[in-house]
Amino acid sequence: MGQFKDITENGIWKQNPGVVQLLGLCPTLAVTTTVVNGVSLGLATAVVMAAASGAVSPVRKFVPNEIRLPVFILVIAALVTVIDLLIHAYALPLHKVLGIFIPLIVVNCIVLGRVDAFAAKNPPARAMWDGFIMGIGLTIVLALLGAMREVLGKGTLFSGLDLALGENFKHIVLTVIPDYQGFLLAALPPGAFLGLAFLIAAHNWAEQRKTNKKPTATPPASESLKPAH
Amino acid sequence: MPETILKHTIKTAITLVAFAFAFTLLMTVVYQVTKAPIAESEAAARIALFQQVIPHDRYDNAVLNDTVNIDPSKLLGNKKTSSANIARMNGEPVAIILEAIAHGGYNGDIKLLVAIDSAGIISGVRVIKHTETPGLGDYIDIAKSQWIKLFDVESLTKTTSANWAVTKDGGTFDYMAGATITPRAVIKAVHKALQYFEANKTVLFKEAVKEDETANKVGENGAI
Repeated sequence: MGQFKDITENGIWKQNPGVVQLLGLCPTLAVTTTVVNGVSLGLATAVVMAAASGAVSPVRKFVPNEIRLPVFILVIAALVTVIDLLIHAYALPLHKVLGIFIPLIVVNCIVLGRVDAFAAKNPPARAMWDGFIMGIGLTIVLALLGAMREVLGKGTLFSGLDLALGENFKHIVLTVIPDYQGFLLAALPPGAFLGLAFLIAAHNWAEQRKTNKKPTATPPASESLKPAH
Repeated sequence: MPETILKHTIKTAITLVAFAFAFTLLMTVVYQVTKAPIAESEAAARIALFQQVIPHDRYDNAVLNDTVNIDPSKLLGNKKTSSANIARMNGEPVAIILEAIAHGGYNGDIKLLVAIDSAGIISGVRVIKHTETPGLGDYIDIAKSQWIKLFDVESLTKTTSANWAVTKDGGTFDYMAGATITPRAVIKAVHKALQYFEANKTVLFKEAVKEDETANKVGENGAI
């Protein structure tokens, strides 16, 4: 079971796709105007990653090396299409919010990256867990970034939750700063870049502190966890 | 070793085709299964949108299927033939729901839904698509402010042509500080939609009656 623990630790912290691997920046920067948008897309990505890893891993021995990337892309694209159709059919408001970003999961290199670097070399259970946990790691970053931008940009938290889950959830929307005029920079794309920079800095700072405490610890560099590029 | 290369190539090609086939099949199945629910939820969303511009109790027809073709018009800003929905009560046209596009926004086109009743009075206007600056020009969206309700009960007779402008330009419509280009575009588009309706009223409602017979047959099944 130690492997699963390692995978979890890597996905959430050591190799976090959002702040360490810096893969999948397109959705990170584009949808994180609110917490709800960020988390919704993050969870959709996690589901796609788990499904894609789970689909690729059992057949990894049958896929010749030369065509592995086209096959992986095919699998990912098909799964994203399926998830897009399902959300469109059964959660239309969410589909409206996430709009073009769901199809864009196909070109999110974190998905292909994990499938190629991990799922193609590991048994299904571990591969699925890796895909899912990497997606969760990304979701956490999207949620934090979304929260920073939402509070600074609009003065609220969890706005749009009623759109995603139904009217009953409207009361959860928090107005953090009443009568807030809004800080446009945070809501616009530059706010995403700056916010992400702060998150990366915080992560690096925490890592630094950890290594300073234990000077003998060597930085983790497992071959299978490196990005595919 | 030409045979092995050939063999390997064929094996590789077959694998790729097999994957393409399997996953295309998967997508086809899911597409077929979700087709009906998607159409249903889209229709429900559209009905909910119509509810915002004209209350359900004012009409009794299957409004989604009661459409009339709108040729490209400068007044509505549509470049292709689009369609408008007719709301009727006991077969009599009550209102038309037009889509108007405002080209003069600050950032791209603004798509509006304008409901005008048979007397030429606006029943309601909603912005259905825009890319105006968040926090500045986006108050035209009902989700951000009630501004768009200024148009309720407006008409060409209530407000004369010169007054269809923001107060800053000598008109009667309020706007919010910081963004005047956006409301200008919306006001102009709504004004032009009213002019379009005035000029084409008889044709729109007459043509709709003709289409009504076929539309209603579909409408019975398609009604929500």
